[in-house]
Amino acid sequence: MSTLLEIRDLTVGVGEKIILRGLDLTINAGETHVLMGQNGTGKSTLASAIMGNPAYTVRSGSILFEGEDITNETADKRARRGLFLSFQNPEEVPGITLENFMRTAKSAVTGEKPRVMQFRKDMNAAMDKLNMPQGYASRELNVGFSGGEKKKAEILQLLLLNPKLAILDEADSGLDVDAIRIVSDGVRRYRNEGNALLIITHNAKLVEELTVDYVHVLDQKKISLTGSAELITRITEGGFAGLGDNKADKGGASASREAQ
Amino acid sequence: MSDTEKTAGDFREVYDRRGTMEPDFKVTSGLTPEIIRTISDEKGDPDWMREFRLKSLELYNTIPVPDWGPSLDGLNMDNIVTYVRPKSGMEHSWDDVPTEIKDTFESLGIPEAERAGLAGVGAQYDSEVVYHSVRKEVAESGVVYTDMDSALKGEHSEMVREHFMKLLPPTEHKFMALHGAVWSGGSFVYVPPNVSVEIPLQSYFRFNAAGAGQFEHTLIILDKGATLHFIEGCSAPKYNVANLHAGCVELFVGEGARLRYSTIENWSKNMYNLNSKRATVAKDGAVEWVSGSFGSHTSYLYPMSILRGEGARMEYTGITFAGAGQELDTGAQVIHAAPRTTSSITGKSLSKDGGRSTFRSSVVVNRGAYGCKTSVVCDSLMLDNKSRSDTVPVIDVRNDDVDIGYEAKIGRISEQAIYYLMSRGISEGDAKAMIVNGFAEPISKELPLEYAVEMNNLITLEMSGKR
Ligand SMILES: Nc1ncnc2c1ncn2[C@@H]1O[C@H](COP(=O)(O)OP(=O)(O)OP(=O)(O)O)[C@@H](O)[C@H]1O
Ligand SMILES: [Mg+2]
Repeated sequence: MSTLLEIRDLTVGVGEKIILRGLDLTINAGETHVLMGQNGTGKSTLASAIMGNPAYTVRSGSILFEGEDITNETADKRARRGLFLSFQNPEEVPGITLENFMRTAKSAVTGEKPRVMQFRKDMNAAMDKLNMPQGYASRELNVGFSGGEKKKAEILQLLLLNPKLAILDEADSGLDVDAIRIVSDGVRRYRNEGNALLIITHNAKLVEELTVDYVHVLDQKKISLTGSAELITRITEGGFAGLGDNKADKGGASASREAQ
Repeated sequence: MSDTEKTAGDFREVYDRRGTMEPDFKVTSGLTPEIIRTISDEKGDPDWMREFRLKSLELYNTIPVPDWGPSLDGLNMDNIVTYVRPKSGMEHSWDDVPTEIKDTFESLGIPEAERAGLAGVGAQYDSEVVYHSVRKEVAESGVVYTDMDSALKGEHSEMVREHFMKLLPPTEHKFMALHGAVWSGGSFVYVPPNVSVEIPLQSYFRFNAAGAGQFEHTLIILDKGATLHFIEGCSAPKYNVANLHAGCVELFVGEGARLRYSTIENWSKNMYNLNSKRATVAKDGAVEWVSGSFGSHTSYLYPMSILRGEGARMEYTGITFAGAGQELDTGAQVIHAAPRTTSSITGKSLSKDGGRSTFRSSVVVNRGAYGCKTSVVCDSLMLDNKSRSDTVPVIDVRNDDVDIGYEAKIGRISEQAIYYLMSRGISEGDAKAMIVNGFAEPISKELPLEYAVEMNNLITLEMSGKR
C-alpha cells in the first residue's frame, strides 16, 4: 500500500503559542481516517499545517507527501501535488465567480486549461449531484453563501479537483439532515482505492455511510488515541470523558492548555 | 512564467514603444507670450482664440500652484515643450496616416476596435489629431464628431465658441489657465435632439514626445433626449524626464439626455496628470462616469457633475491604482443644484509597493435643492504595509430634505483569502491578481468587453511590478 501522508513528530505554533506537539500520523492510499477531539484541541490547526497555511509555523518535525518532504512548501505547490482541504470557514472572495475560480483552480492543479464547455458540463453535473442550483456558478465566491452553501461549494471543489488526499474540516457542520446525506454521497463518490480521506468531525452522521479505517482522537497537542470505527459511537454517545484509561485526565489537560 | 505574466509583458511592450519619427514642428520649452503666439499662428486660430490664449497665460502667471495635494515640485514648466506637431495631417483614412504612427495605433488595437464596434474614432498623436472618422449612418443622423481644430473653424464654430471653457474656465485653477493658453487637439461631439448613438465613439490620445505636454480639449454636447457612450483612452511610453498632461473635458448634457463617459487613463510613470473634467446636466438628464486611472507619477483628477435641472442624475464608478513611486489623487464631485437630483459615487483605490492613492469625494446640495438623494461608497485596498490609501469625504448639505449615504472601507489584502486561493493550486501572484481583479470587478463590468480586458491586463501589469 502506498503511503500518501506521513507526519513525523510535528510541533506547530501560532506566534508564541504551541498548539500541536510531537504529533505523528500516517495515511495510506485507500484509507479513510476520522479525526475527533474537543473544541480547540487543534484539529483545524493540524489541517492548516498539512495544507501549508502561512499563519501556522511548523517548529519541528516534518510532513511528507508521497515520500517527499513538503514541510516548507507553499500551499499552491501542495495542492498541485494532490492535497485538498475543505475549510471549516471558507473565505469569501468578492468579484470572482465560483465558476471562474474553479476553472482557474482546475487548470492550476492539472497544468492544462480545461475546455470551457466541457468544464461547464462537468461542473453542472457535480452541482446537480450536490443539489446546488446552477445559478451558484455565476455567484461571487462564497459571498453571501449560507453556512451550508459554503460547505457544499467546498465539496463541489473536491469533486472537480479530484485530489489524492482530501482533508474535510467539519464539512458537515451547519448542514441540515438532507444536506449531510448529499455531502456524504458526494464524498463517497470521490473515494476510490487510489486516494484517501481525513475527516474532521464532531458528528457520526457524515461518516455513517463510509467505511472508516481509523479514528484518531486529538488531545493534549497530539493524537492521544487511535482506534477503529466503533470509537466514533463511543465518543458520540459517551463523550470524550468516557474514553477511560486510554485517555489522559481531562481536568489536567484543559488546565495545562489554559496555562499556555 | 504564467500566461497572465506574458500578457502583462506584451502589454508593457506595446505601451512603451517609442516613436522615433521627428516631429514636424515643436515650440521651444517654457511658457512665454511669444510661444503662445507661435502656437496660435501654427494652428491658424481665429482672433478670439488667440486673445483667449494670451489672457489665459496671464492668469496662469498669477494663480499659485495647488498646495493641498501631492507635490508638483518635480514639474518644471521651463522644461516642458507645450506644442509638438507630428508629421501628419488630420486624416479620415488610416491609410493616409504615416506608417509609424499608424503602426502605433494598430498595436494599441484602435483600428481593430473601430472595425469591431465603434461609431467613430479620433486619434491624437502628441499635440495634434491625426485621424478622425465617423460611421456614415451616424453622420447622417446629424451627429457631429470631429477634431477640435476643425470644429473651431468649421460650421460649428459658433457652438464651440459658446461652450469652450465655459464649464471649466481658465480661472478654475492654474492648470486650467495653462490649458487655456496652450490647448491643442481633442474631439468635438454634438448629438442632435432625440438621436441615440447605439455604439460608442472613442477618442484615443497617444503621447509620444519626451519632456512635453499634451493639452487636448474634449467638448461634448448632447441635445434634448440624445444618448451617447463616449470612450476616452490614452497611453504614453516611459521617459526619464517629466511629462505633463493637462487635458480638459467639458460635457453638456441636455434635457432628458444620457451620456456615459468611460476612460481608461494609462500613463507612463514620468507623467504629471493634471486633468480636469466637468459635466452639466439639464432636467431629467444623466451623466455616467466610468473611470480607471493607472500609471502617471502624480495625478490630480476629480470629475465634477453639476446637476442643474430637476431630476438630473449622475453616477460615478472609478478605480485608481498607485504603485511604486506614484501618488494618485483622484475623486469625484457633484453639485446638486436642483430639486430631486440624484448622485451615486463608487470609488475604489488600490495601492502597492509604497504607492499612495487618495480618493476625494465632494457632495454639495444647494439650499433649494430639495428631495435629493446621494450615496458615496469608497473602498480602499492596500496590498502591503508600505502603501497608503486615504479617503477624504466632503459633504456640504444646505437643506434638510436630503437622503444621504456614505460608506468608506479601508483594508489590506486578506492573507487568508490569498491562502484560500493558493490551497486550490493557484500561485501567490495569481491569487493576489485574482483578488485585486475581483476588487475592480464593479468597475470592469461597467466597461465594454475589450476595455474590461485592457483594465484587467493593466492590473496584472501593476501586480507583476513590471510597469
Ligand atoms: N490563528 C490563530 N491565532 C491564535 N490562536 C489560534 C489560531 N488558530 C488557532 N488558535 C488556537 O489554537 C487552538 C486550536 O484551534 P483549532 O482551530 O485548531 O481547534 P479545533 O480543534 O479545530 O477546534 P473546533 O473543534 O472548535 O473547530 C485554539 O485554542 C485556538 O484558539
Ligand atoms: Mg476546527
